[in-house]
Amino acid sequence: MKKPMNTFTMAATLAGLALSMSLSGAAAAAAADAKEQFFPVLSYRTGAYAPNGIPFANGYVDYLKYVNTKGGINGVKVTYEECETGYATDKGVECYERLKGKNATVFQSLSTGITFALTEKVPNDKIPLITAGYGRSESADGMVFKWNFPLTGTYWDAADVLIQHLGKKEGGLDKLAGKKVALVYHDSPFGKEPIPLLQERSKLNGFELILLPVAPPGVEQKSTWLQVRQSRPDYVLLWGWGVMNSTAIKEAVATGYPREKMYGVWWAGAEPDVKDVGDAAKGYNALALQHGAEPDAKIVKDILRDVHGKGQGTGAPEEVGQVLYMRGLSAAMLAVEGVKRAQERFGKGKVMTGEQARWGYENLALDQKKLDALGFAGVMRPISTSCADHRGAGWARVHTWSGKKWEFTSDWYEASEMIIKPMVKAAADKYAAEKKIERRSPQDCQS
Amino acid sequence: MSFVPTWERQTDMGFFLETLIGGLMSGILYSLVALGFVLIYKASGVFNFAQGAMVLFSALAMARLAEWIPHWFGFQNLVLANILAFIGALMIMVVVAWLIEKLVLGRLVNQEGITLLMATLGITYFLDGFGQLLFGAEIYKIDVGMPKEPIFLLEHMFQGGILVNQEDLAATVVAAALVAGLAMFFQYTVTGRALRAVADDHQAAQSIGIPLDRIWVIVWSVAGFVALVAGVIWGSKLGVQFSLSLIALKALPVVILGGLTSVPGAIIGGLLIGVGEKLSEVFIGPMLGGGIEIWFAYVLALFFLLIRPQGLFGEKIIDRV
Amino acid sequence: MFYRENGQFKTSYAADQQIFPVMQDRLAVLGLLVLAFVAVPALAPEYLFRAILIPFLILSLAALGLNVLVGYCGQISLGTGGLMAVGAYGAYNILVRIDGVPLIVALLMGGVFAALVGVLFGIPSLRIRGLYLAVATLAAQFFCDWSFLRIKWLTNYSSSGSVSVAGLNVFGWSVDTPAEKYLLCLLLVCLFALITKNLIRGHIGREWMAIRDMDVAAAVIGIRPVYAKLSAFAVSSFIIGVAGALWGFVFLGSWEPAAFNIDRSFQLLFMIIIGGLGSVMGSFFGAAFIVVLPILLDQGAVALGFDTAIASHLTLMIFGSLIVFFLIAEPHGLARLWAVGKEKLRLWPFPH
Repeated sequence: MKKPMNTFTMAATLAGLALSMSLSGAAAAAAADAKEQFFPVLSYRTGAYAPNGIPFANGYVDYLKYVNTKGGINGVKVTYEECETGYATDKGVECYERLKGKNATVFQSLSTGITFALTEKVPNDKIPLITAGYGRSESADGMVFKWNFPLTGTYWDAADVLIQHLGKKEGGLDKLAGKKVALVYHDSPFGKEPIPLLQERSKLNGFELILLPVAPPGVEQKSTWLQVRQSRPDYVLLWGWGVMNSTAIKEAVATGYPREKMYGVWWAGAEPDVKDVGDAAKGYNALALQHGAEPDAKIVKDILRDVHGKGQGTGAPEEVGQVLYMRGLSAAMLAVEGVKRAQERFGKGKVMTGEQARWGYENLALDQKKLDALGFAGVMRPISTSCADHRGAGWARVHTWSGKKWEFTSDWYEASEMIIKPMVKAAADKYAAEKKIERRSPQDCQS
Repeated sequence: MSFVPTWERQTDMGFFLETLIGGLMSGILYSLVALGFVLIYKASGVFNFAQGAMVLFSALAMARLAEWIPHWFGFQNLVLANILAFIGALMIMVVVAWLIEKLVLGRLVNQEGITLLMATLGITYFLDGFGQLLFGAEIYKIDVGMPKEPIFLLEHMFQGGILVNQEDLAATVVAAALVAGLAMFFQYTVTGRALRAVADDHQAAQSIGIPLDRIWVIVWSVAGFVALVAGVIWGSKLGVQFSLSLIALKALPVVILGGLTSVPGAIIGGLLIGVGEKLSEVFIGPMLGGGIEIWFAYVLALFFLLIRPQGLFGEKIIDRV
Repeated sequence: MFYRENGQFKTSYAADQQIFPVMQDRLAVLGLLVLAFVAVPALAPEYLFRAILIPFLILSLAALGLNVLVGYCGQISLGTGGLMAVGAYGAYNILVRIDGVPLIVALLMGGVFAALVGVLFGIPSLRIRGLYLAVATLAAQFFCDWSFLRIKWLTNYSSSGSVSVAGLNVFGWSVDTPAEKYLLCLLLVCLFALITKNLIRGHIGREWMAIRDMDVAAAVIGIRPVYAKLSAFAVSSFIIGVAGALWGFVFLGSWEPAAFNIDRSFQLLFMIIIGGLGSVMGSFFGAAFIVVLPILLDQGAVALGFDTAIASHLTLMIFGSLIVFFLIAEPHGLARLWAVGKEKLRLWPFPH
């Protein structure tokens, strides 16, 4: 028997809903005043990109827990809250709106789509946005993008390093002339990011660039790889995420393209991408964003002992040390170190606001000694940011899947500033002109 | 035939044949999913949008059971694990079918088509969430021994040979066997005849004593079995994870091209869509920048519909005023 | 007792034909408008605007547009996301390419482009019906998805394919704060709801409903299906296009084609089915249900201590079950529940 709602109950319900929402908002804001540094964690543990999002989120959260076992950031306890975005922009925006009111320190969205949307919002809300290894490549220019921090590298760096590596393989960048390089990319802003740099490099070094877009989420790649087979490129660069990566490798197997000639970006080179292909993926190469799989690193051992050992681990202990776990770990480390640096200026042992933390990220100076002390020896190289350079470092290596694990197969490369710097400046200028914002003044750099 | 890929200059004809064969075979794979749609629509008039979620759910069940059963019973034999997992997944799908009939369809009898469609969309969300909750959200492996390496035919005629994907070839054989099996089931068994009667006219069938709700459970179970087979094949190809339910979106143009009420239509429609998609992507795609196969299938189906609004083999829509 | 038409005599045709003939209805709507325009901007916290009210308003506008097509004219369309994208990118191009164009003009032009595309993709409806048409409209959805990714001119040659707008400015009134954005959306929604309601009540609305009920019979009595169906597509797509432009400009600020993908189309179709097909009120109910419920479920599950992945899965499951439950309990949607409630209220406290 249906119970129809009358006008009164309907109105009362709506009013009650609105009231409860405002109260909960107020309560949340009040709770955040306590002496805690709040880190929102935008993660995706469901959906088509979950296999890669889960280890990253586990690494991030584990590091925050680890910091607490060491007494927090100079005594300030670290709190965090996860919010499921499912890699969708509107859910990411909703999570951002909900969590920013809790005195959020910094946001890391792990999605280029959400990054674009949040880039518009963070200048007004004065919360920094770290996009370590993804996001807009031009946001490395800190004079225009005051609140964006693509720490450790952008996609233009990644593409540049790959071309350098290919040049090295051929015996010199000049030997690349006349070769064919195919880019199989996720048809989204994420996948399209490297194209401008690859086109520049193609003009400079004389190789032919073939662009093969794959519709998201990337399960349908049969025709892409038939085209690869037809055009017979010398190398295939894979710019995918989530299920697109393993599908690409499987299709490469199915069309007989040698995996040794495939090079993935640093988001296309982790265990979930190759695990179920196993031996057939042997020889597949990918970029390592400074670190690879690091089961022997000191920080890994510390976390296994102090976090997992006490039953506080997020996720399985076998995951600790895997590529994406380390990625999340490093991202969290950078977030915390920025706050520590901000405390050096604004008051040790105090809770940092978003603006203060932003100064910290802009003045990061992590040398090898500090990194070793944190347990990141051999995992990360020194990183130092400045007002104009929000990237801080541009180092990467190549690692290869042996059938059982990832092994480093190259030296360190540094992305070539010669090509990238003017491109970054030009793109940042274009953004500033569109948005009608001025470049920051040197005085502003001191704030 | 040879198993070593050769990279000499290929003639365009060879590449065309390669794409054609690849398209035909991927079309068969779409038909596998489309069969589920057609079966349910024929028997109960419901357009089951949840078919994709059923493919995902059954594949997840199969993948995880194949992992867990050796642990529970303590043996290592992969073949036995796969067989037991298959039976287990099939039983799960039958239970799902029974629950859907009892809780959803039984209460929505005589509602408009769009209501039933929306109900199946609700079931889709439910199965997506429940499957991931029960079985997990990572990529899982189904290993039924499908060959992964390609074979190359006619290397003496075309340099480089014609690439044929062995896994797709195996899938084609399985699909053919499935269609033949279903055809025999419908023609020669009592239940099959009852299903055909219900598909023809619900009320007449009910008036001669065919129990409608039991028939619907059987239909949904058969559709579940088809979904499981499709799930195993696609899962073996791509790995079992959430995007598998999006394969159903590819089966939609197949179903409307072939006609919602026709099993041969699902097959022919699948072949046409598969070929059209691959050929367009490979030969027309580069001119337009690539990535066109997603909409090409639908536009192709649309053009066929403009000529025959009920699909190639569907029942003619007759309106009486 | 309190809600009745007794004693409310009409002395002119205009009064007889007004949208809210019962005085209590008029008072309630007036009260709601005062609440919405005055009380909410003054009292509501920012989160409520940014995450609940603004998406609710924009999506209810889109649902209204879709309801015109599906609920009043009976043509099922799954291409709504693509049309929203056309509206958003169309408005963006107008804003970026023509200097000094007012924001409202850009939004409306976005609607016009969407209307043109909608009519184009509505032409098959003259030949195809029912489910076949629904799947055919998916062609529009995927084609729009693809063209905004591939045709660089449409995104002003942005290298990433993502576009953004900033500094919204309506005839000198700068729309910055969440409350101002909310008011802009509210104004447009009220305007379009009024226009739509009057269209529905007019002869064109009756033509649409005749086509919906039995299109062959409608043709027999002289209603031209071409005109009726294509005008439904045009009006519906115009409203959806404006909603899409608002979604991009006001809610997201910066967007990529994936923001208007097929999930959006399904979401809007859900809204109008749950809310009630063929009802202006129903679009709002449905939008409120679909926007607010997942957020409540997510927060509730997390508050109960589930981790975010399990909370997400539970949300999907509960969402799906609620949809099925509503369809079983009231196939005609929340609007029908509302209408039944009002009917009962007329008699209260008498039983009949």
